Amino acid sequence: MGTTLSGLLTIATVVLVLAVAHVPLGDAMARVFTGERHLRVESAVYRLCGVSPSSEQRWSTYALSVAGFSAVSIVGLFALIRFQGSLPLARGAAMDTDTAVNTAVSFATNTNWQSYVGEVGASPVVQTLGLAVQNFVSAAVGLAIAVALIRGLTRNASTTLGNFWVDLTRSVVRILLPLAAIGAIVLLAGGVVQDLTAPEVVHGLSGVDQTVQSGLIASQEAIKELGTNGGGYLNANSAHPLENPNAVTNLVQVVLMLVIPFSLPRTYGVLVGDRRQGQAVLAFMATLWVAMLAVITWAETAAATGPLGAMEGKEVRFGVWGSTLFAHTTTATSTGAVNSLHESYSPLGGGGVLFNMMLGEVSPGGVGAGLYGALVVAILAVFVAGLMVGRTPEIVGKTVGRREITLVALVTVTTPALVLLGTGAALALGTARAGLLGTGPHGLTEMLYAFTSASNNNGSAFAGLTADQPYLNLTLAACMLLGRFVPILLILALAGSLAAQRRRPATDGAMPTHTPLFAGLMVGVAVLVTGLTFLPVLALGPLAEALS
Amino acid sequence: MNQLVALGTASFPDAVRKLNPQHLFRSPVMFVVWVGAVLSTVLAVLHPSVFAISVAVWLWLTVLFAGLAEAVAEGRGKAQADTLRRTRTTTTARRLLADGAVEQVAGADLRLDDRVVVEAGELIPGDGDVVEGMATVDESAITGESAPVVREAGGDRCAVTGGTTVLSDRIVVRITARPGETFIDRMIALVEGAARQKTPNEIALGVLLTVLTIIFLLAVATIPPFAGFTGDGPSVIVLVALLVCLIPTTIGALLSAIGIAGMDRLVQRNVLAMSGRAVEAAGDVSTLLLDKTGTITLGNRQASEIVPVGGAHATDVNRLAFLSSLADETPEGRSIVEWTRTQLGEYVVTPEGSTSVPFTAHTRMSGVDLADGTQVRKGAASAVRRWVADSGGTPSADLTEVVDGISAAGGTPLVVAVRDADGAGRTVGVIHLKDVVKPGMVERFAELRRMGIRTVMITGDNPLTAKAIAAEAGVDDYLAEATPEDKMRLIREEQSGGRLVAMTGDGTNDAPALAQADVGVAMNTGTSAAKEAGNMVDLDSDPTKLIDIVAIGKQLLITRGALTTFSIANDLAKYFAIIPAMFVGLYPGLDSLNVMRLGSPESAMLSAVIFNALIIVALIPLALRGVRYRPLRADQMLARNLLIYGAGGVVAPFIGIKLIDLLVSLLPGL
Amino acid sequence: MSTTTPTSAATSAPTSSGRSRTRTVHLGSFGRQTVAGLRMLLVMTVLVGVLYPAVVWAVGQAAFRDQASGSLVRRDGVVVGSSLLGQQWTGPQWFHSRPSVSEYAGDTSGGSNLTATDPRLLREVAQRRAALGAGGASAPADALTASASGLDPHISPEYAAAQVFRVARARGLTTEQVRRLVTDHTQRRTLGYLGMPRVDVLELNLALDAAARR
Repeated sequence: MGTTLSGLLTIATVVLVLAVAHVPLGDAMARVFTGERHLRVESAVYRLCGVSPSSEQRWSTYALSVAGFSAVSIVGLFALIRFQGSLPLARGAAMDTDTAVNTAVSFATNTNWQSYVGEVGASPVVQTLGLAVQNFVSAAVGLAIAVALIRGLTRNASTTLGNFWVDLTRSVVRILLPLAAIGAIVLLAGGVVQDLTAPEVVHGLSGVDQTVQSGLIASQEAIKELGTNGGGYLNANSAHPLENPNAVTNLVQVVLMLVIPFSLPRTYGVLVGDRRQGQAVLAFMATLWVAMLAVITWAETAAATGPLGAMEGKEVRFGVWGSTLFAHTTTATSTGAVNSLHESYSPLGGGGVLFNMMLGEVSPGGVGAGLYGALVVAILAVFVAGLMVGRTPEIVGKTVGRREITLVALVTVTTPALVLLGTGAALALGTARAGLLGTGPHGLTEMLYAFTSASNNNGSAFAGLTADQPYLNLTLAACMLLGRFVPILLILALAGSLAAQRRRPATDGAMPTHTPLFAGLMVGVAVLVTGLTFLPVLALGPLAEALS
Repeated sequence: MNQLVALGTASFPDAVRKLNPQHLFRSPVMFVVWVGAVLSTVLAVLHPSVFAISVAVWLWLTVLFAGLAEAVAEGRGKAQADTLRRTRTTTTARRLLADGAVEQVAGADLRLDDRVVVEAGELIPGDGDVVEGMATVDESAITGESAPVVREAGGDRCAVTGGTTVLSDRIVVRITARPGETFIDRMIALVEGAARQKTPNEIALGVLLTVLTIIFLLAVATIPPFAGFTGDGPSVIVLVALLVCLIPTTIGALLSAIGIAGMDRLVQRNVLAMSGRAVEAAGDVSTLLLDKTGTITLGNRQASEIVPVGGAHATDVNRLAFLSSLADETPEGRSIVEWTRTQLGEYVVTPEGSTSVPFTAHTRMSGVDLADGTQVRKGAASAVRRWVADSGGTPSADLTEVVDGISAAGGTPLVVAVRDADGAGRTVGVIHLKDVVKPGMVERFAELRRMGIRTVMITGDNPLTAKAIAAEAGVDDYLAEATPEDKMRLIREEQSGGRLVAMTGDGTNDAPALAQADVGVAMNTGTSAAKEAGNMVDLDSDPTKLIDIVAIGKQLLITRGALTTFSIANDLAKYFAIIPAMFVGLYPGLDSLNVMRLGSPESAMLSAVIFNALIIVALIPLALRGVRYRPLRADQMLARNLLIYGAGGVVAPFIGIKLIDLLVSLLPGL
Repeated sequence: MSTTTPTSAATSAPTSSGRSRTRTVHLGSFGRQTVAGLRMLLVMTVLVGVLYPAVVWAVGQAAFRDQASGSLVRRDGVVVGSSLLGQQWTGPQWFHSRPSVSEYAGDTSGGSNLTATDPRLLREVAQRRAALGAGGASAPADALTASASGLDPHISPEYAAAQVFRVARARGLTTEQVRRLVTDHTQRRTLGYLGMPRVDVLELNLALDAAARR
């Protein structure tokens, strides 16, 4: 079998699995967030936390809960990292203060940018009790925000959006935990390590010693992908054979990254009472996913005809196709795990994964974040083009007025502002520039990639950049923090504003938001807004590199 | 088009005045252009070059063109306002004092509730209600309609407007508006745009345009550090040119002109919108409440059938009905003549020596006395019955049954009776007058349904009649035996379901409903209360116009959306012109992005700037006229407009910039 | 007269029963939310930080003991490596792994991050070519490039084939014997289409040793 056919069949397998899985999973998630009953374990959680699951929160209270929980997460994780030396299983792991700040913010914002080296920076205690826990809860926060926005669209003249603690708990207990457990056991069977003994030093046959790493990797690996987190237990992340041993685990990881983001449109459709609405969002996400996969795969397979076969920074077991599928998926989902080195990609391949993140992580984006990002695109599309049907723009019966478009526009401007200002400032500053591995346009892309990844909460890197320095650690942490919570705050305000409106009945006069045309319009808006914002810098980075 | 050019020339001084930055603060987009123009002028002075000077000039032209668009839009209103103002000459009024005496006062000194006497040939000094008498009034000053209208005390035709002329009789008017706040004053303010406030959607769009401007500001402002990382960055004037090309100047320049023109289109159709908000709401309306009479049906009923009673022969009945209506000039009467004439065919006799008996409120009958003494009458059943009884006759036995049957079917029965010179009166037949649905209404309602608008017919008829007419007209629903409270309840019900409701009304008892409706169109013939409650006034008092108003509201929104889409789509081509030109010195490979193969970097950038300025001028007619609106389903409309303004917006500038570049390349020094 | 029934909210609250009660708790202050957040974090830490990995660990111990502890390879009871990790092989008698930035030390992992046009990489590639000797000019890509992890356990069948002659000569085996070993240890695509055909270098070298001992 030829490599191309094998690659296409692999992609087809992913598509098939998702096509089958997104329906029951999407329906199940819709039930999770509408069910009246609490599981016994959930009731116990609420009791222990002293929260009343029956209280409904206004958007502002909901936002305060998110803020309070995330603040505690960041501080708690920071403390755990700083005190890891005094805790069991320390094994000499340590991080500087700025690195610890960066890491704590990174994992609490679902970014999982890693300034540290997994093997030496984080002890098993930090990995399992700190990082892996954030992998669960930060993804759950994303789901909660998405559900709050959906409630904003579906509720009629309501002042409340649900209860954050309930949404968070249910996301973890009913969605993430069961799926992660299944994923972990499959990965474990495939060869991913799950062990707490100390790393073993092996005396090799040819006389060279080698450390075989250990850790509770399989359990963390599953949620790393499922929660679109991406922070590797080990430095090489999913390129490391102990994290991602073969083509099957690679496929499983790709599916884990995509399965929740691609199922959420279905959840959305079910909850708004019109599945076609969800299908349009799904079509939007899928179109971008397929198109960008084609671009990146094309760029890398073209590069593979050269003498180096595009194999620098890629593993033999994955080859070019298995690498690009993963690289594309990880950047399209805000995961940021890598099974190959993005910086070693061809200019257009690397530019492609960069563009994936610039799109705002909507193809299909992170857990929850992808859906609310896509709905922001939908509202933007509705507003501009909706006028062209001669009505005040509306989406699923809710009017997009001044307040709504203001919030949506601010969401749209937040990450580009962080990316452009962050990159510009870092390039102007000697200390940050000194961390670059690349030179010329490639160096520009390297820095741009870092700030794009952080601001969009992706976490992957052009890893040649020496980011473990105070300036970059702190500015990138700021980008992650603002890139995550400014949009979340605005989205919750938007949800509150939408919930307060009366829902207008669907009529033929309203702009249809369930048609292929609308999905195409969303694609156009997303690509145009991203393109117009970033074309100058893309021209100076990847395009200049590709065309010279 | 010539008219537009003339207007444009006339508006030029106003456009120049709008270069004042104070005026531009209202539009952040154009303010950025203004700042860019100032900056590039300074730079062009400091380091003169053909390129720098050209850019500066064209940036100023961009600001100027934006001002021009607004000035032209306002200019059309101004012309109209001047016409109105001419009618508002200073008047003197004859104020009625408590003791019945009359004193002369200046029109401007009138107070609320003053009573003034107006006689034939005099100008009505202010808005008010007729409280005594009846008169014909020439309202052409405000409606343009030369046919006089009747205004009388009491009822729904009591309102008079200041500035109109009484043609006959004498009336006493109670003043209901302070001087300076009269209808004409408000009208002048409206058409001049003085009272114009930004509408909700316009504000929302403004927010989006501002944020887009911020994004592009960031994208352009960060170019120097990016480019500086590997070499020399572009000059400031180039960055200014890029920024101005990227920010949505097209829609930014035309936005207020579109709004003004939308109001203007209503004024041209003799509808006064009291706020831009109402025009926008009209586009959103999803339920139309339409009065049956005059809107859905012709104002008058028409003969559709004549049922003989008492064994009379059909031809005889037809002939008698014909005779009784011959002198009847009411539309009903004419329709009876017409109908019977077709029934009788050639057998029509116009009798000689007959005397027509006109309808009076007292007899409630009309007819004819023939030369031989025969009397023919037709009228309401009760009146004719009495006439027959008075003459010693008895109404035929089957009369009641026939009359009730016609009523039940939604018609109006007119009984025809005859009395020979010496005999007793007898009833011979019943004319079935029927409501006739206006031609084209069925199609109109189908069209509205496709647009997602529900139509509800409001009528005082009984449910049975209403149902029959509703079915015939093809409305979606009806409200029979409607009281003002019923109307109000219906509006609230629709609104609680999230629908926007539009209605027309003229009576005082319509006022609450007009106020409650999202779009309330008061008829100019209506009472002051109704006109005060509604947010639009139709000077022609044509309730059918509600449908046009909805179309105008939609057209306003469509125009805004189309030009926004066009404006943003334009950016793609501008990028392809400017980016390669800007960076080709740094990375020669980027020349392959120069897909238009533009002459030189300078000519490419200048062409984009010129295109950006000229497209504003090119689109002024569209902004004023509005995008052509066809009642289509929303998805069809979206597909169509996306193709024209989205895809067109991508393609047009590629062609335009290339053509301009061919010319600009000829400039020496570029 | 038909009436419009108001659209009912499709998403009912998880707790709409609670809405009727007046006891709606508004934990208004950031402080109270933070306290609740802290308790939630602690509870979640127990749930997904302790219980979840413990269960997966237990499953591993029960069913996938070998995989869970790193797929270690033993010869004569002594651990000689992990079947998942490449090793640094020196000397002509071994099949060599791909170039590795970390020389397969395993204490950390990663790659060069250099692009295909980077002069630093081109220099290294030139050196690697030179080290391969006669076969250098036509060397397969994986022989010239470093992997992402620095621990790539595999080489391409082409790179293995390119090493057959050297290994056979160093071991005193016929090229045919060695080639057969390579063929035996060439893994095909999983399920016929997943991943790449590859040769696990540790397994091949173990087999080579075994063959040489016989």
